[in-house]
Amino acid sequence: MTRDEIIAGLAEILEEVAGVNPDDVAEEKSFTDELDVDSLSMVEVVVAAEEKFGVKIPDNEVQNLKTVGDAVSYIESNA
Amino acid sequence: MAGSRILSMGHYQPSRLVTNDDLAAIVDTNDEWIRDRVGIVTRRIAEGETVADMAASAAGKALAASGLTAADIDMVVVATCSSIDRCPNVASRVASKLGIAAPAAMDVNTACSGFSYALSTADHAIRAGAAHNAIVIGAEKLSDITDWSDRSTCVLFGDAAGAAVVTAAPDGEEPGIGPVVWGSAPEKGDVLKIEGWQPYIQQEGQTVFRWATTMLAPLARQACERAGVALEDLAAFVPHQANARIIDGIVKRLGIPNAVIAKDIVESGNTSAASVPLALSKLVERREVPSGAPVLLFGFGGGLTYAGQVIRCP
Repeated sequence: MTRDEIIAGLAEILEEVAGVNPDDVAEEKSFTDELDVDSLSMVEVVVAAEEKFGVKIPDNEVQNLKTVGDAVSYIESNA
Repeated sequence: MAGSRILSMGHYQPSRLVTNDDLAAIVDTNDEWIRDRVGIVTRRIAEGETVADMAASAAGKALAASGLTAADIDMVVVATCSSIDRCPNVASRVASKLGIAAPAAMDVNTACSGFSYALSTADHAIRAGAAHNAIVIGAEKLSDITDWSDRSTCVLFGDAAGAAVVTAAPDGEEPGIGPVVWGSAPEKGDVLKIEGWQPYIQQEGQTVFRWATTMLAPLARQACERAGVALEDLAAFVPHQANARIIDGIVKRLGIPNAVIAKDIVESGNTSAASVPLALSKLVERREVPSGAPVLLFGFGGGLTYAGQVIRCP
């Protein structure tokens, strides 16, 4: 799966869970500050990403996922 | 033994109403943040009342509505995690206030799941013939164990009590309290704790949220299966009122299209062991659920513990 495919998948999740416009989703965007995803929605994003990409994202890893790019890299190397 | 059923409910909340704006005056928070994150608009905070005072008020109302008298009660079980006094326990103090002469009286501490634990403890005692008529109470004065300088927790909690009168179901009648599904996740228990002295409620919100929204729906479904009640036949779902978004998350995974969903958190906040009987008592009072209809109760939280069962609405 390419980085672009992972971004597209995350954009779908972000739209469903937190109402983020898919056009706003890009690698450098911060979940909290720029996409307005709060801490609880972030948990929902992580849970949905685990199911979609077949990857385990433990609780203590969630805080390291600051930007969309962080999440893409984590999924890329752990899926 | 035919099992037991809930005859009546009662609840008590302190008169002092605290709004989100009131809290914004003491910690760095605001109404919009609190509504978005947890769905709470108001909560009631005790002034002079103790846990036992609130428990006795709720129990007195439930007893008055039951048709029984204090002389009929032979068991009192109180679910609480916030009683400062340890002995006599809250159950004994309630019995004393209500003039219940010689009941088996005990407190149960499983924090937010406490009422469902206490209810099944009474159900089991009645099934075993060890008790005939019980009062089961969830009562909390969380304001005593809240860190009022911590904006991540002090906006969440309220004080309240809710009570049920439980009696043996008549022979040949279906049990009104279904089999309990209960358990805990002790290896993760410290993510929501009240420890040390002076103890305050502390939690890792994201971890608790994830546990609650992913692990509990299958357990709630199991409680329905064990009671032989189809999910679409549930008339109401009364989960612990921890956070409106946790309730939404569980409901989404559970799939209960015809159930009234209790959302008392909006006006009462999180009242731990009191939240389920408080919300159920209000549903009964407002006649939102027909008598005899199946209602799923599900408590979860501090510890991490959980318990749930299907009951027949009184």
